Amino acid sequence: MNGIHDLGGMHGHGPIAPEKDEPAFHAPWEARMLGIRRGATFPPEVNIDRWRHLRELIPPHLYLSRSYYDHWYMSYVAALLQSGWMTAEEIKSGHAAPGGARRNDAMRPEEVWEAQKTRGIFTRAVATLPMFAIGQRVRARNIHPTGHTRLPRYVRGKIGVVRLHHGGHVFPDANAHGQGEAPQHLYTIAFPMRELWGSDASPHDEACADLWESYLEPA
Amino acid sequence: MNTIHDLGGMHGFGAIAPERDESPFHETWEGRAGGILEVMTFPPGFTVDRFRYLRETLRPDLYLVQSYYEQWLYIAEQVLLEAGMISAEELARGKASPQSTKRNDSMRADAVWDFLHDRAHSGRPLAQAPRFTSGQRVRARNMQPAGHTRLPRYARGRSGMIVSHHGGHVLPDASAHGKGDAPQHLYTVRFAARELWGAAAHPRDSVHLDLWESYLEPA
Amino acid sequence: MSQHSHSHDDSVEMARHHHIHADLPPDPALRVKALESLLTDKGLVDPATIDAWVETYESRIGPRNGAKVVAKAWVDPDYKQRLLSDATTAIAELDLLGSQGQHMVALENTPGIHNLVVCTLCSCYPLPLLGLPPTWYKSAPYRSRAVLDPRGVLREFGLDLPEHVKIRVWDSTAEVRYLVLPERPAGTEHLNEAQLATLVTRNAMIGVAKVTA
Repeated sequence: MNGIHDLGGMHGHGPIAPEKDEPAFHAPWEARMLGIRRGATFPPEVNIDRWRHLRELIPPHLYLSRSYYDHWYMSYVAALLQSGWMTAEEIKSGHAAPGGARRNDAMRPEEVWEAQKTRGIFTRAVATLPMFAIGQRVRARNIHPTGHTRLPRYVRGKIGVVRLHHGGHVFPDANAHGQGEAPQHLYTIAFPMRELWGSDASPHDEACADLWESYLEPA
Repeated sequence: MNTIHDLGGMHGFGAIAPERDESPFHETWEGRAGGILEVMTFPPGFTVDRFRYLRETLRPDLYLVQSYYEQWLYIAEQVLLEAGMISAEELARGKASPQSTKRNDSMRADAVWDFLHDRAHSGRPLAQAPRFTSGQRVRARNMQPAGHTRLPRYARGRSGMIVSHHGGHVLPDASAHGKGDAPQHLYTVRFAARELWGAAAHPRDSVHLDLWESYLEPA
Repeated sequence: MSQHSHSHDDSVEMARHHHIHADLPPDPALRVKALESLLTDKGLVDPATIDAWVETYESRIGPRNGAKVVAKAWVDPDYKQRLLSDATTAIAELDLLGSQGQHMVALENTPGIHNLVVCTLCSCYPLPLLGLPPTWYKSAPYRSRAVLDPRGVLREFGLDLPEHVKIRVWDSTAEVRYLVLPERPAGTEHLNEAQLATLVTRNAMIGVAKVTA
């Protein structure tokens, strides 16, 4: 979707504000929310791509006005409501409705390190040969999917060169919508800044993005 | 500026919510705010383009939550502050400083009707001939000005056809930044929906934009 | 559920779910506390597991992991070669892969090329090597401008690169994570690998700073 999250190339968001000696968490609730994200049981359809899409679906004014871990709170609550695992009343009260079943399969503390080490491998075998070769010129398609995509608006329709080929990777546009992993070849495409932004951009600089095969066409 | 105001093509803003029998103003203060911005004394050289530019400088999260006339109030404050016609302290207190002098040249009630009907037009005679003619193919330039522009992001780099020529008009990109009228030929350009949004768009649909000559190049 | 729902339905349905925020307290501390208690009630989370995750990211994972990789590449030319040709395997040698950093690419800064990493779409970051990202990395100002005006962004971080240096911005749009291999500063010939690692900063491995001796 062409959502508020697709920030590449925008003006008006003000200066970057690095904090000196920034702590890992600015308040205890941020740490709790991180732990919930990593350690709580999620509805089975909420894979990483679904999770990112949930964040993109936060209403734009809340996306811009609320802090990072509050985005996580809003995304998780939306997932719990959509899956029917919680009711709005339960979220508001903080108490489980009487009579509900209690699960006993939550992640245990001693499983945390192993989960950290082993989670999140997204390479997958694909039967087809890669359509593009390193060094080849390609154009990012001009598409505007209403669902999840990892093709940023600022590269659409632009011509670049294949810099890296990563083999098959889970395809987010399918995986976010319950359509399976549908793996595709993944490439890193280098776009000259002048192609992206016009003749005022530096002639020396480039921006690279990791793009799946179906985002690309020969140029 | 590539700011939040440039909304063409965005997803995620929800349903359009037409109001039945909508009144011109929803609250009394909205009428006051609208009236202030129509008839208040502006600094010399102030233009409608400066007005639009100032609205674009509103913080993106506030742009999305403030109502339309709240944004007009923001513009009024910015105009008066940047011209030194009020001070930040006066604005905060809502009272003129005792040291300030009171002017006696504000618009009178009996002048409003004529003002609203005779206000400045943006057409300007131009000595040089237009570069493009009706029916000609043109491409909107790929440029990312940091100041005010009326070339939306979604049209940049896209090609279309000139469908009409309006003669010379004040160039907003100059007029918003105190660089005079700098008039240029203005054209209406038709872009096929497929050119803008890709193969999923309807083959018979199009979008028309009014674009100044320097926004365009031959295609 | 999502198996048969279209994305359009998604956005309509989600807009409905988000109405709940009008009825919830604005203070996230109160909301997250209520959520944790509710999840605990339903057996969906063990509070001790939350503690363990927080401890993992506060104490066991951080930029010193990335610094180990960088320092080793500075002192061991064979390792540097392996890192640049297949970073995933080279980082696995040090047992430093993990969630949000299983597929790695290392980017070598040289006198002529400067690399800068961003995620314009969300907040992708090589967690096992750099720990939790700083707030600025996840915020709109950096995400919006790093791809459009990297030289301006770098100047904001105090790094004014000459015109002839090529800037390569890497937008982390997939599950590949990028680690910048900064230039080894001059005058560090006498330092050993462990001493060199103490010089390497998080910002240098994102690409918004150079390493100084």
